[in-house]
Amino acid sequence: MRFLNWLGQIASVTGMNLRNVPARPGSTIVALLGIAGVVAVLVAVLSISAGFKSTMATTGAEDAAIVIRAGSTSELSSGLSADSVNIIAQAPGVAAGDNGPLSSAELFVIVDAPKRGSGTDANVPFRGVSRGGFEVRDHFRLTDGRLFEPGLREVIVGQGAAREFANLEVGSTVSWGRNEWTVVGHFEDGGSLAESEIWTDVRVLQDAYNRGNSFQSVRVKLESPEALQVFADALTSDARLEVTVERESEFYADQAGVLASVIESIGWVVTGMMGLGAVFAAILTMYASVSSRTVEIATLRALGFGRFPIVVSVLAEALVLGVLGGAVGGIVAYIGFNGYQASTLNWASFSQVTFAFLVTPALLVTGVIYALIMGLVGGLIPSWRAARQPITTALREL
Amino acid sequence: MSESLVEINAVSKIYKRGAERLTVLDKLSLSVPRGDFVALMGPSGSGKTTLLNLIGGIDRPDGGSIVVSDRRIDKLSDRALAHWRSRHVGFVFQMFNLLPVLTAERNVELPLLLTGMNGRQRRERARTALSLVGLQDRFTHKPAQLSGGQEQRVGIARAIVTDPEILLCDEPTGDLDRQSGDEVLDLLVALNESQGKTIIMVTHDPVAAERAKRIVHLDKGRLSSVSEAAA
Repeated sequence: MRFLNWLGQIASVTGMNLRNVPARPGSTIVALLGIAGVVAVLVAVLSISAGFKSTMATTGAEDAAIVIRAGSTSELSSGLSADSVNIIAQAPGVAAGDNGPLSSAELFVIVDAPKRGSGTDANVPFRGVSRGGFEVRDHFRLTDGRLFEPGLREVIVGQGAAREFANLEVGSTVSWGRNEWTVVGHFEDGGSLAESEIWTDVRVLQDAYNRGNSFQSVRVKLESPEALQVFADALTSDARLEVTVERESEFYADQAGVLASVIESIGWVVTGMMGLGAVFAAILTMYASVSSRTVEIATLRALGFGRFPIVVSVLAEALVLGVLGGAVGGIVAYIGFNGYQASTLNWASFSQVTFAFLVTPALLVTGVIYALIMGLVGGLIPSWRAARQPITTALREL
Repeated sequence: MSESLVEINAVSKIYKRGAERLTVLDKLSLSVPRGDFVALMGPSGSGKTTLLNLIGGIDRPDGGSIVVSDRRIDKLSDRALAHWRSRHVGFVFQMFNLLPVLTAERNVELPLLLTGMNGRQRRERARTALSLVGLQDRFTHKPAQLSGGQEQRVGIARAIVTDPEILLCDEPTGDLDRQSGDEVLDLLVALNESQGKTIIMVTHDPVAAERAKRIVHLDKGRLSSVSEAAA
């Protein structure tokens, strides 16, 4: 009964508080916009990390494996001989296609390309792939032009790279190193990291960059996701090889981890500081709200309303302010940033990866929770003051 | 006059401001019988409003005891005191203290939120109280849509809606013109006479005080005289 009584008190005082909000449009809008701004920035920054992680996660398949030299943490620092590549392709667990095992020995170099927006040069991954390179990637599809001809200095360009960098239109010629390359096609790969890359025939790339007959990684299609163990055991127990075998999805998740964490940390630090400002705005608003109702609150307490319902009702008002601010901030972030195309340096490959900002429902919930925390902190002190002030003192404040 | 409803025994109230001590009530004793209508008069700073606040349980004495309806209220906890106020006291304020965002009916309903009544019962009770003060056609009006006299009548309806034993009125006519003030005083007299409400009213106005049964004069925190009103 007492609990219901309290609820009744809280509901009625909160309702009264909320109906009072339009009487203070200025301070309410300032606090609301303050919270909305912080949430918009938070969600926007975290959407960078979410988009980057999504791109990296899309890259790896469960039923594919990547093999690099033992001790290497990325393709860039790896090196594999032609003999090793052949042994890897013949290992148990590798799926078979019409032309033999589904594997692709690949070489990875970095070239410069000017960014469309700024015109400044950035590192772009240039990958040489074997004939099986298209078959080990389930989502590969040409979107424009044709595949490169083996043996010719022709390239196909991922649609992310084509969008982000200049002079990569089909039919154009670009100069990397001492060679001229013709762009003959564009491709997509299910939104994966490959869409940030430029591909050519691995043999042509070896020749152009004086890599002899060496490779840096081998991708294989496994017979099933479970076949990884058989495949990995076979390679790691083979005395002729010194390699690391990893499931493709895990390989890219690991690569995404560091950068994603850095982006997230920056996001929280920046919005943490901004949040402090928003909390002060909320505190001021709630102080204004409470002080403009000092007599009303004292009257309610004189009538017999308890301190607790008063505290909760003021907090509830601050939380409503927080939710509204959070919602506005989330909507602004979604409209302004979701799908926004960008590129950043992939620290694992020292080359650019293109991706789209991704404002997920989880991020929107995070933003609203953050806004609620700001509202709660902002409302705490004023609500406590409202409840603690002596009734007789408050009644005189007319 | 029946038995005593309010027993104030050697009550002191001292305000401290730094090293300064200001004695507002100095061992004051007063007895108010059930059904009485007392006007508290005296110069500013004589302790009238402080005494009213102590009787209403919204302030605490520094010494002495206050018994209202056989209950010693100066020893109650804050929570118990709040609960006691909601059951036993009706406050009428000089500035009415209505909540501007609420209608007259909702304002009057407020004290009933502290009872176990459901919404329908509360509304019926609030409307009855408003009808009793002659505002049966103003249920949905907000304070800004009412005259000063009407606002104070809403304040009185709010004070009586829980059927308390005692009404504490702090300058109830202080912010009203003479005609409106007289109407409010008529109402208080009627509540005292027909419903037996015990009323303690602080006032500066001798005309208003004459409507009470007794006039208690305070000076420098002490009782200076008690007289029967001429009316």
